[in-house]
Amino acid sequence: MSQESTSTAATLRRLWPYLKPVRTPIALSMVATLLAMLCGLGIPLITQRVVDGPIAGRDLAALPPLIGLVVLLGCAEAALFYARRKLIARPASDVEARMRAELYHHLQDLQVSFHDRWQSGQLLSRATSDLTQVRRFVGFSLVFLVVNTLVMATGLGVLFWLSPAMGAVALACTLPLLALSYLFETKFKVVARRAQDQAGDLTTVVEESVLGIRVLKAFGRGPHLTGRFLRQARELRSSEIAKVKVFAALWAVLIVLPELGIAGQLAFGAVGIADGTLTVGTLVAAVTVSAYLRWPIDSIGWLLAETNSTASAVERYFEVVDAPVEITGPERPGSLPEPVRGHVRFEGVHFAHPGSAHEVLRGVDLEVRPGETVALVGATGSGKTTVTALVPRLADVTRGRVTIDGVDVRDLELGRLREVVGTAFEEPILFSASVTENVALGVDGVDEARVREALRVARAEEFVDALPWGLDTRIGEQGLSLSGGQRQRLALARAVVGRPAVLVLDDPLSALDVHTEAEVEAALRRVLKGVTALVVAHRPSTVQLADRVAVLVDGRIAAVGTHTQLLAEDEVYRHLLATLDEEVAA
Amino acid sequence: MTAVRDEGGATAVAAQEESWRGVAAEDVEDVDRATGAKLQARSRRLLAELLRPHTRAAVLALVIVVVENLVTLAGPLLIAAAIDTGVPAALDGRPDALAWCVGGYAAVALAATVLRWSFVRLTGRIGQDVLLVLRERIFRHAQRLSISFHEKYTSGKVISRATSDVDALQDLLEEGLDGFFTSLLSLLGISVVLLWLDAPLALVVLSGFVPLVLLTRWFQRRSGAAYRGTRGAIARIIVQFVETMNGIRAVQAFRRERRNRAIMAELNGRFRDANTDAMGVMAAYTSSVRVIGNVSLAVILAWGAFRVAGGQLELGVLAAFTLYVRRFYDPFDQLAMFTNAYASATAALEKISGLLEEEPTVREPEDPTPLGDVRGAVRFEGVEFRYAPGSPLVLPRFDLTVPAGQTVALVGATGAGKSTLAKLVARFYDPSGGAVLLDGVDLRSVADAELRRAVVMVTQENFLFDGSVLDNIALGRPSATREEVEAAARAVGADGFVRALPEGYDTDVRKRGGRLSAGQRQVVAFARAFLADPAVLVLDEATSSLDVPTERLVQDALETVLADRTAFIIAHRLSTVLIADRVLVLDDGRVVEDGTPEELIGGEGRFAALHAAWRDSLV
Repeated sequence: MSQESTSTAATLRRLWPYLKPVRTPIALSMVATLLAMLCGLGIPLITQRVVDGPIAGRDLAALPPLIGLVVLLGCAEAALFYARRKLIARPASDVEARMRAELYHHLQDLQVSFHDRWQSGQLLSRATSDLTQVRRFVGFSLVFLVVNTLVMATGLGVLFWLSPAMGAVALACTLPLLALSYLFETKFKVVARRAQDQAGDLTTVVEESVLGIRVLKAFGRGPHLTGRFLRQARELRSSEIAKVKVFAALWAVLIVLPELGIAGQLAFGAVGIADGTLTVGTLVAAVTVSAYLRWPIDSIGWLLAETNSTASAVERYFEVVDAPVEITGPERPGSLPEPVRGHVRFEGVHFAHPGSAHEVLRGVDLEVRPGETVALVGATGSGKTTVTALVPRLADVTRGRVTIDGVDVRDLELGRLREVVGTAFEEPILFSASVTENVALGVDGVDEARVREALRVARAEEFVDALPWGLDTRIGEQGLSLSGGQRQRLALARAVVGRPAVLVLDDPLSALDVHTEAEVEAALRRVLKGVTALVVAHRPSTVQLADRVAVLVDGRIAAVGTHTQLLAEDEVYRHLLATLDEEVAA
Repeated sequence: MTAVRDEGGATAVAAQEESWRGVAAEDVEDVDRATGAKLQARSRRLLAELLRPHTRAAVLALVIVVVENLVTLAGPLLIAAAIDTGVPAALDGRPDALAWCVGGYAAVALAATVLRWSFVRLTGRIGQDVLLVLRERIFRHAQRLSISFHEKYTSGKVISRATSDVDALQDLLEEGLDGFFTSLLSLLGISVVLLWLDAPLALVVLSGFVPLVLLTRWFQRRSGAAYRGTRGAIARIIVQFVETMNGIRAVQAFRRERRNRAIMAELNGRFRDANTDAMGVMAAYTSSVRVIGNVSLAVILAWGAFRVAGGQLELGVLAAFTLYVRRFYDPFDQLAMFTNAYASATAALEKISGLLEEEPTVREPEDPTPLGDVRGAVRFEGVEFRYAPGSPLVLPRFDLTVPAGQTVALVGATGAGKSTLAKLVARFYDPSGGAVLLDGVDLRSVADAELRRAVVMVTQENFLFDGSVLDNIALGRPSATREEVEAAARAVGADGFVRALPEGYDTDVRKRGGRLSAGQRQVVAFARAFLADPAVLVLDEATSSLDVPTERLVQDALETVLADRTAFIIAHRLSTVLIADRVLVLDDGRVVEDGTPEELIGGEGRFAALHAAWRDSLV
């Protein structure tokens, strides 16, 4: 996942599109910060004058205007302080929110094969801690990076103006900063990146430990995974400590540099005074200015740290956002005849998983005529699920094409395609939302009546009504509190609620128990009437719902026919479907 | 049924006075003051607990800061000495004094630097150690908590507890402690100096404390609320994010993207507002502190001027005062940053401590009874089960004895209680009344590690973990050799397809086993159970996704494997049911039929009817 790392500046430049809309408040916040610093500088100067003037001269009449000025500057400073934070608060949060939304949208659009490759914890850590880092950068570090650099440059200018020699000494002590920022890039950024990646891996283990809790409990393997978690947590700890060490060393250099500068100025200053090229007053002024520059220079340490952490956070962010969406709608989408007849054809379809040379499908030719139900049969792992994924374009063919009513599915607008094609997965995916929301998912304008109808078709209405709040019941994440059969029926209801012309069902009866299987079968029969359907089947009962059966062997359709025909003629088919049930019953 | 009404139902869940215990207060946005105080006290307790082992290191860090501050104080004195005496002396041809001053200044700077360097490293280490311990506690605790807890509490929430909430504490430890120490120290130091210089003027400065304390209390309350908002909002974002990514197939196939966008926009917006709010509170606080500081400076100047004019005050003292007052209020910025980080961390710790406070309903025994060689006799004695006190009975009181080695098939409609009964055997739940005994020992008094060696349950959620096929099978018995793993795979018919994978047993299964088909995942899960070789095997719809040839292999393997071990099988294929020694038909939580398959088929009960219907369907 880690790529050739680019320079910090180049990476941060990529933030510009997000910063651009809020550049005005950011700039204003910088101005406010600068002005506040000036006010802060002004107050002691006036105080000095008060002490040296009216008070030392016992001239109390001159006091009120000066005191008034102190109050005024003091209030201005406070107001500018307020403005600095207040101005940046919204924009910084905005940048974060916008980047997160974009990441989320992009991830929703990215093909399934991308999601299979990427650990979910890595995605999540990008959406949370990396973007928090960006917000902090925009809301705080960025402003001070600019302001403090300006202050430093101004300070140096003032020093040169006071005395070129003093300026030269200060500059000599400032130049190592450049080397330092290079060190930061090479050392700190590398550790920062490693820590961020490790945090992502750690998130993955946490997620797996929770999602797989049943397996872990069933086998008592909690300690096993805990061991892995601890190993990774310790690795993260060492990276973080390595980060601290680099940071401590660099910061130490940053603290000592300006101090050495002041010491140097004192020494040179004395020589200068001895030569008569410098006055004591100038030396005092130079030392005072240098002392004032201490904080901006000190702060460069953590500002650089923040900047580098942000750069690697941004780098991680764009690794995902730059990933190309391979499955997209065409620029000029084709249109389907109205009404959609649902004539599905696979023409010489080849498929290989991305990055793999092995072809799962090697020339599948199959026709599903309008209104027809075709069952797809094949051994475990023969690629049946892949075939079903090609129709709604959850994956794309590597060669050949899939058409609906003669139009290549890749020529259709994606939303339209997925509206026409209804799908039910073998493992029903339910979300922690109400039953209604789970059934309707993305279909627009679904009312309760439609949901109920779909539930009825899937024979799910009865158990849904028995839930504590009926349709409004929030079913747990992954529907864990429902039985396998109940979840499968909800998935079935979801597939039909949009009244698709084409149904692609991946073994829709696998998890049903003997009691409900017959019922759902009857329901399915109703659903399949008048719809084109491709149904992956493992057992005879499902096959019998189909008009024709296609047998998938070695990535090709080896035979097509009716169940009885194939049983009589096809050896492979007999092997696949001559069931235990029949053997036992015989 | 662990269900929650989709909106607004949460309020009815817990009794009012207990609503803050455990994780109950999590979804409540505006907690009342008393509850808020209790939550904060709870998180302070956790923080103290976490820091206690590091007391010595923390004291050392404090000492370093004190010394550092003292050393730094010497700097200005040396400069003053250099200018006032060093330079004139050097002009007189005696450069020694100046050299000493300059050298001394450099030495002080170096000393301060070394101290700072060691402080950063020391506190960095403390912080990381605390985080490691906290991560471990959260992880272990989440593992300890019962299935019933995890069924209610979505994974995204646990994830946000273990990740972003921990990050919030990290911020406090990394940045807060330094600011806290330094600012507290200089506040203290300057107060002492001021009082020593001139008590009346010092009291003016210190009277600024009154509005300051009030302001700080306001700030603590407000930022506490603001950060409670941000923690809640980010947790919701994480939940939404995790669910979307785990269900990406359904999201895309059913065009859920747009709705999800709207949901995310809403959650994202809430988080943004909460953050803006938190930053706004900070802005108000720090600028108010500035005002107080600057105004008290003006007061000092005015009053001081009168007193100097009246001869009650030295001019030099006033000058020093003005310098110190300025420095007195500087640390408040750092203090505000600390309070901010602290508020954020406390809000996070509120949630973490809530999770840690949850007690597992299925508890590890304190003094476990050893099982010895397990034979596998299972007995239910007066067992009854309900999900929560007061909820309806799922299993009414019953007795059941399953001798060692018997294979029992559980049959019944959805909701009849098959899974519940199976989960009681695997101790996913504990009975509400009575006891489940294994070889005469109450399951509740068996150590978890031992119980899991004796009883293994395979469910239809055959979750695969990140790693190779080998790793995933070996999860059944991590000590198994490669040969044993392969033998287990062969036994259940997984060997063939596993070898056909690009890297055979070492092939990475990818996220959630995405590389394998559902059937293949199920076979891998089976191999896992076979490798574990338990005395009691519980199969809950574990063969649903298998194709017929694979199922035949599994079934053959089952018949050998089950021959000498106790097994509970829930299957929706009668063919699988028929290999059992005994069939229990459940209806509404009661065993309504009990006998060998042959007996039941020969009778006139439900099972006979079911069997007849099934035979008919085969023709």
